[in-house]
Amino acid sequence: MSILEVKDLKKSFGKTEVLKGVSFELNEGEVLSIIGSSGSGKTTILRCINQLETADSGYISVDGVVFFDGNQHKENAAEKRKRQLLVGLVFQEFHLFPQYNVLDNVTLAAKLLAKERADYKENKKEIFADIESKAKEILAKVGLSEKLGNYPCELSGGQKQRVSIARALMLEPKILFFDEPTSALDPELTGEILKVIKSLAEDKVTMVIVTHEMSFAKAVSSKVIFMDNGVIEEAGTPEEVFDNPKSERTKAFISKFDD
Amino acid sequence: MVVVSEVFKSLFEGFGVSLEIFALTLLFAIPLGLVISFGSMSKFKPLKYFVKFIVWIIRGTPLMLQLIIIFYGPGLLATWAANSGSANPAILWMSSWQVMDRFLAVIVSFVINYACYFSEIFRGGIEGIPKGQYEAGQVLGMTKTQTFFKVVLMQVVKRIIPPMSNEIITLVKDTSLARVISVYELIWAGQTFIKSSGILWPLLATGIFYLAFNGILTIVFGKIEKKLDYYKN
Ligand SMILES: Nc1ncnc2c1ncn2[C@@H]1O[C@H](COP(=O)(O)OP(=O)(O)O)[C@@H](O)[C@H]1O
Ligand SMILES: [Mg+2]
Repeated sequence: MSILEVKDLKKSFGKTEVLKGVSFELNEGEVLSIIGSSGSGKTTILRCINQLETADSGYISVDGVVFFDGNQHKENAAEKRKRQLLVGLVFQEFHLFPQYNVLDNVTLAAKLLAKERADYKENKKEIFADIESKAKEILAKVGLSEKLGNYPCELSGGQKQRVSIARALMLEPKILFFDEPTSALDPELTGEILKVIKSLAEDKVTMVIVTHEMSFAKAVSSKVIFMDNGVIEEAGTPEEVFDNPKSERTKAFISKFDD
Repeated sequence: MVVVSEVFKSLFEGFGVSLEIFALTLLFAIPLGLVISFGSMSKFKPLKYFVKFIVWIIRGTPLMLQLIIIFYGPGLLATWAANSGSANPAILWMSSWQVMDRFLAVIVSFVINYACYFSEIFRGGIEGIPKGQYEAGQVLGMTKTQTFFKVVLMQVVKRIIPPMSNEIITLVKDTSLARVISVYELIWAGQTFIKSSGILWPLLATGIFYLAFNGILTIVFGKIEKKLDYYKN
């Protein structure tokens, strides 16, 4: 049963048609990699699913919940927010909150969300303690137990990105999206991020990863999509797309990374 | 012979009025500046350009001129309305306007003037926050209000403290402009001794008050800046 359904998604910015009808599905526990040259529309797909952009037409559902069905509904902020919690997004540029330390970056959203619980007033202490211990667990998993009290400006790029992954994991999204999570990092720091994502894949976290790390995509993915100029030029298993690409464009793109 | 203590008693009195102008201006100009900044960032274009136009006029003309217009303006309009002999109810009502209270005129013109300056600082501070901060808040399921108060506001405050402290220090010195429409304040207090006793030093001594007060403000703002220095935006 697919946890993510995207059908005939179209999106234009002004006169530029950025997505020209994109369809794909993903099952729970699978990892999808989206590859393709810059400007092909990869980020726009993630932004449409994560409600940062509204598509022009098409259909998106996550875990059976309709996110978008082409109709221009009157935006209901509460419902939009409820849907938002089903998905998580890790940005290329991290977007950590500079005024909070690592632990607070990870717990902030969960603590604000807890305010809506019926037992918030009586059990605030226990609730916050639970949130903090869960955050510490996640931060330990991404190797940041030593940095709980540090501020983002005191961290390396790789550490920042691990905080932002922890921050997204904290809310237990059904699907976690990554937009080129290593592209803003020095080459020697990409490894630590890829390692974290690999371990998430082993834990069967459903993920969609936009990446230029071809060997990583090949190793970690259950499915690969090659985007070209707003359309899916080729889709399949990593073996199909990387080892036996059918399309000339896919071949040409992948051969650029053969070294 | 004037006694030194007498001089300082007058100077403190004048300084009290200057402080009052200072405090009332801050009290009203900060919230009004925030409202104006929202207006100048409005998605509703006519409002945005109207607000920008007003801010342009206020920031482009001397505060002294604005002070004079606000003080004399209503009285002049009333005279004109009375002489026009019109039966138009609006004009009749205008003819009943009185010359504005001097102190009130000072507060009104200072508040408008400083609100416009502050609004530009606020706008710069708010617009300077990267879009990614709002998007991160949204993606983490925060409401717009939560994102503003828990994520954005602190960063805005940090950004605007240095330009705000500059403006506020300028305001301390600008209070002396009230003298132009004969509101008794520190400068006037010092100046009276030239005529009455033929001595200049009381006027020069007013400088000590401005310096001391601005010195305190500089220290306070420095402390705040330092306190927010634990992180970088
Ligand atoms: N907000 C926007 N306004 C206008 N054009 C945009 C906007 N966002 C993206 N684009 C354009 O859409 C195209 C695809 O962008 P994007 O989805 O970011 O591609 P990718 O992530 O594959 O590099 C690019 O040509 C880009 O300039
Ligand atoms: Mg992109």
